[in-house]
Amino acid sequence: MSDTHAQTVPFVRDTMLPAASPPDRQSGAIRWLRENLFSGPVNTVLTILGALIIWFLVATFWDWFAHSVWNASSLSECREIIAATWGEGARGACFAVIRERWNQYVFGFYPPELYWRPTMTFGLLMVALAPVLFGASLTIRRVVLGITAIVTLAAMMWLGVPAGWLAFTAVVLAFGFLASERNIAWLLPFSIVYPLLGVWFLWGGTLWGPIFVLAGPVLGWLAWRLLGSRAPMLGVVVAALVTILFWLFLAGDAATDAQGLVPLAIEPVRSDRFGGFLLSLTIGVAGIALSLPLGIVLALARRSDMFLIKSLAVMFIEFIRGVPLIALLFVASLLLNYFLPPGTSFDIILRVIIMVTIFAAAYMAEVIRGGLAALPKGQYEAADALGLDYWKAQRLIVLPQALKISIPGIVSTFIGMFKDTTLVTFVGLYDPLKSMSDAVRANIAWKGIYWEPFIFVGAIFFLICFGMSRYSMYLERRLQRDHR
Amino acid sequence: MSERTTRQQMTISDEVAIDIRNMNKWYGSFHVLRDIDLTVHRGERIVIAGPSGSGKSTLIRCINRLEEHQSGHIVVDGVELTNDIKNIDKVRSEVGMVFQHFNLFPHLTVLENCTLAPIWVRKIPRKQAEATARRFLEKVKIPEQADKYPGQLSGGQQQRVAIARSLCMQPKIMLFDEPTSALDPEMIKEVLDTMIELAEEGMTMICVTHEMGFAQAVANRVIFMDQGQIVEQNSPTEFFNNPKSERTKLFLSQILGH
Repeated sequence: MSDTHAQTVPFVRDTMLPAASPPDRQSGAIRWLRENLFSGPVNTVLTILGALIIWFLVATFWDWFAHSVWNASSLSECREIIAATWGEGARGACFAVIRERWNQYVFGFYPPELYWRPTMTFGLLMVALAPVLFGASLTIRRVVLGITAIVTLAAMMWLGVPAGWLAFTAVVLAFGFLASERNIAWLLPFSIVYPLLGVWFLWGGTLWGPIFVLAGPVLGWLAWRLLGSRAPMLGVVVAALVTILFWLFLAGDAATDAQGLVPLAIEPVRSDRFGGFLLSLTIGVAGIALSLPLGIVLALARRSDMFLIKSLAVMFIEFIRGVPLIALLFVASLLLNYFLPPGTSFDIILRVIIMVTIFAAAYMAEVIRGGLAALPKGQYEAADALGLDYWKAQRLIVLPQALKISIPGIVSTFIGMFKDTTLVTFVGLYDPLKSMSDAVRANIAWKGIYWEPFIFVGAIFFLICFGMSRYSMYLERRLQRDHR
Repeated sequence: MSERTTRQQMTISDEVAIDIRNMNKWYGSFHVLRDIDLTVHRGERIVIAGPSGSGKSTLIRCINRLEEHQSGHIVVDGVELTNDIKNIDKVRSEVGMVFQHFNLFPHLTVLENCTLAPIWVRKIPRKQAEATARRFLEKVKIPEQADKYPGQLSGGQQQRVAIARSLCMQPKIMLFDEPTSALDPEMIKEVLDTMIELAEEGMTMICVTHEMGFAQAVANRVIFMDQGQIVEQNSPTEFFNNPKSERTKLFLSQILGH
């Protein structure tokens, strides 16, 4: 343009240029390689080094994987097969242990004739989660619920489920599908009662137990309704008291009496029969579901203007974060019994879930506090200026944005917590990584097998954690609101 | 001038909308607002001018208790602002505020921004709140943006949404805290036009602004503040043509001089 000076050629644009499409992206494998792998001397050296490392790893482990045996009844039989097939001295993996003992890795010592119960619980968990996790996308719901339905029903039939329960599961799955197609909100009541149902399916016993547990908050709510209009704060306190007292002193006897009148029980399973991934998932899912709300409350409390609430939150968070999880687990398994009144038995898995939950919640609170701090002050001011009270402002304006900012941190905490469930091995529970593998090796047939169970368990942990990570990325993309 | 005639037509009632008596505020030991006395009648349009740091924004933020005053009285629409949260929320729902940086809620659409407070504070049914919101978006001339997110709009459009959001609460008083300071010059006019239209309808308005043209066109009183005090207040004609205090003269020469 420098040759069209104003003083030489007066210029007025009379037609505007139409928008043109950008130049075609020069693509092609060679260009990609040059740009990404060989763009300079350092990059080239690193590429070659990386390729060598990969080659070394593959070359070292390839024959071990390639010579794997999937069909044998003991480690020595595996070795014989490997020696016979690939010659004396050949190495090979013996994944036959997984084929033989998969049930222990998945269910622990759960009674084999009841394996269908955890399977059903897990399948219905997906239905309960659909409105919470996949409320926005019909396509994803179809895929998730479709796969869940097929896998759950097939697995339950293979595991030998009574016809009535198979029908029950099929009906719930079908209802899940219907709700997903019509109005996903129909599933929310199911999502709310699911935790109690899930506990009942897994541990068995009388259905009156969960029903009376649910009755506690209902009674509390009634008390709040009676008092709420006159004294809101008193109403909340009384409601909480009514609930807790009902649980402590009435729920147990009431459930026993009701069971005597109308028997509604399935075979009970004790907590020490739980193990493997059943145990990890039970603790993990419960911990995740409970630690997020607790973490939110703690984060809000820590930012509160009220001195007492703030100090309590700070003390709780700093104490829990300052103590190793294993210490908390030991407290759960050993010390708690000293402090509880004699004769109270308090389920070990429940104790562990409580400890894991408060541990994760302390971290969660700090992650969410980061999100709250990242929110511009103007958002709080705008909410205030419109007359929204504290709780409405938090719920409608602050938390939706703060939680969105915190998604990567929240999911990291979830992933860390889920992997930490293997630490329950220290309080005598059968986690899949250590205790379960030890139990398998205790049998003379599989004595000395280490790598294969580790790889199997590691692969499953990786799949679940990677799934969570991908979900968080999906959620971040979905909630992105600017520059679209 | 046509604006002049419109201004003559706009009526100011005797009813007091805001009454501030002997109000003082400190930030720590810094005395930000000193002995503020100010009475605003219903229908008045007041422009507050002054150098930065003079306490203009703090003053109007005290009116809806975004800032707390430490002594004196503020009575808004017959309700005195004290520590009583119920009174504060009541005042806030009657007083609309437009911020320098818009402060729209980025996770909600334009329509949701406008209906949120009516639905949750006023308990108006969603359908009705949406109808009202669309009417006000029409009024600020961006009905077609209702389903977009704030991040997709220009600064001027965002500020007009912010005005519509406040209007949806059907406020009796509107506070403007430097509404055009963060805007490109091309967009200032569209926001000022909206505000002028609002003034012509008789809304009680208090604007902190550096737009002296706007002050001359719509204000019926200009207040000049310096160092946390009201230095001079007068009708715009008198204020601009015949300033009394030396500080005002200096300020006006600097702001109008270029």
